[in-house]
Amino acid sequence: MKPGTKLKSAVCDTEVMVIKAADVAVDCGGAPMAAERPAERGVIDPAFAAGTKMGKRYVDEAGTLELLCVKAGQGSLSVGGVALKLKDAKPLPASD
Amino acid sequence: MAADAEPDRIGLVCDGRRWSYGSLLRAAQGAATLMQKSGATHVALLDENSEAAAMALFGAALAGIPYVPLNYRLADADLAALLARIAPAFIVGDQARVNRLNPDGGHVTLSRAEFVAQAEQAEPHPGAEEVDGAIAVQLFTSGTTAAPKAALLRHANLLSYILGTVEFGSASPEEAALVSVPPYHIAGISALMSSIYSMRRILLLPAFEPDAWLALAAAERATNAFVVPTMLSRIVARMDAGARADLGTLQAVAYGGGRMPAELIERALELFPDVGFTNAYGLTETSSTIALLGPDDHRAAHRSADPVMRARLASVGKPLPTVEIEVRDEEGRKLPVGERGEIYVRGEQVSGEYKERKALDNDGWFPTRDAGWIDADGYLFLAGRADDVIVRGGENISPGEIEDVLMTHPTIADAAAVAVPSVEWGEAVGIAVVVRPGQTAPSEDELRSLIKNRLRSSRVPERIAVLNALPYNEMGKLLRREVRALFR
Repeated sequence: MKPGTKLKSAVCDTEVMVIKAADVAVDCGGAPMAAERPAERGVIDPAFAAGTKMGKRYVDEAGTLELLCVKAGQGSLSVGGVALKLKDAKPLPASD
Repeated sequence: MAADAEPDRIGLVCDGRRWSYGSLLRAAQGAATLMQKSGATHVALLDENSEAAAMALFGAALAGIPYVPLNYRLADADLAALLARIAPAFIVGDQARVNRLNPDGGHVTLSRAEFVAQAEQAEPHPGAEEVDGAIAVQLFTSGTTAAPKAALLRHANLLSYILGTVEFGSASPEEAALVSVPPYHIAGISALMSSIYSMRRILLLPAFEPDAWLALAAAERATNAFVVPTMLSRIVARMDAGARADLGTLQAVAYGGGRMPAELIERALELFPDVGFTNAYGLTETSSTIALLGPDDHRAAHRSADPVMRARLASVGKPLPTVEIEVRDEEGRKLPVGERGEIYVRGEQVSGEYKERKALDNDGWFPTRDAGWIDADGYLFLAGRADDVIVRGGENISPGEIEDVLMTHPTIADAAAVAVPSVEWGEAVGIAVVVRPGQTAPSEDELRSLIKNRLRSSRVPERIAVLNALPYNEMGKLLRREVRALFR
């Protein structure tokens, strides 16, 4: 993976774009994400079913991985069984 | 993404016509197909702002071709040179001028109406294969000291700016931003991107005029606006002269692109007591804004009796969380708080790159050529251009071109042109001249018409001083700051 890579969920509509790349495998809804969606959709693991929100950024604990959700879905993102968390956005006044 | 989220929501209003996010995306996809079929190496716009600017910007990105909005105010010879540098290009706008100035460029030209109609009909482009480090936008600098440089902004730079400053879909359906900056200015490009990403409806004013601005703001219930100081000066002047418009929905005005005179921002704060003002400082080479003075800072400074606080009204605020800013001396050493030097900036949104050369140092810092200092609380202040360019209403004027013309006058022995404060233009031209021994000084009118006839009216000096000698240092370098001090 590298910045700009797009990953799709195997179990829901979620699509993410890599903002900060790390050498890890990203899961969505408990199943590995890949460049292409499989023909048959898998089942969402109930432990990772909180969903993704479009336009939100997700990061790992160490801050080495950052993903931008470009399509929302029912699965939630994780790496090695640990859920990614929502990146805090500090609101800035509109400047343009 | 905006089109995915809410395809039917209105994203852009121009000349009374309304475009949904879905229809803008569809037109951009069609535009990308037209662009790719043309075989062009660049996509250019030679036109005032309109829906075509948004379609061309996003269409070019989908087609993977650099987008080059051109300044339609350029003189023929200057524009012809730029057209030759981007040939063969896919050009939207003034076809007759392109064909007259660069007939051998192999350009494909479409009028605005033809472009929009064909883009809506053409097969949607699926989006080009993404290439690492691809160039999104190429903007020509104003080129006052030499030929214009082609500043390159890569997709990674623009994406970093947008992600760092805007939250996706954060605007409520009532929010609408009035955009009156020209499409060839970095602020015109960032306004399209930020507004669409936040899903704040864009109200395009193709050519700025204060009464038209007031009318559009009232009719479309604008909540946000971006202006250059000269525009704000004209709006305030019209309102002070009695022009009335219902601006009850206006919540936020951002400004940038030139020095804001203190009297003007104070008057604007009084005239719009409920509006949040934001000073945005940025450059073409930094993908727009790198520092912000926000609404709370404006009001706190305006209310304060403390001179340090009050002075902040003239500050450009603090760096964005995603960029670093330093002030350095001429040897490149970081300067302590309060000392004036050249402003350097570093961050992912900073391209600092021209087609001709990369201006970043080994550690990724970009020398802005702007002079300034940082106060004890981290507020950044600008102090003119490091290279003394005069910025009059957003137009960069090189002192040298004015001095050269003055020196052609038979009675003038020496001349200097500097920036003088101007309420209307931010800066205007002031000149100091030295007359040859035994000669009588030419009248001010004579000097003004000399400049006007040889250059453009924007170069005509507002202030004129006749001196016995110009101030030079021991190395023979003209001390421009001492000349400027004459006009304070």
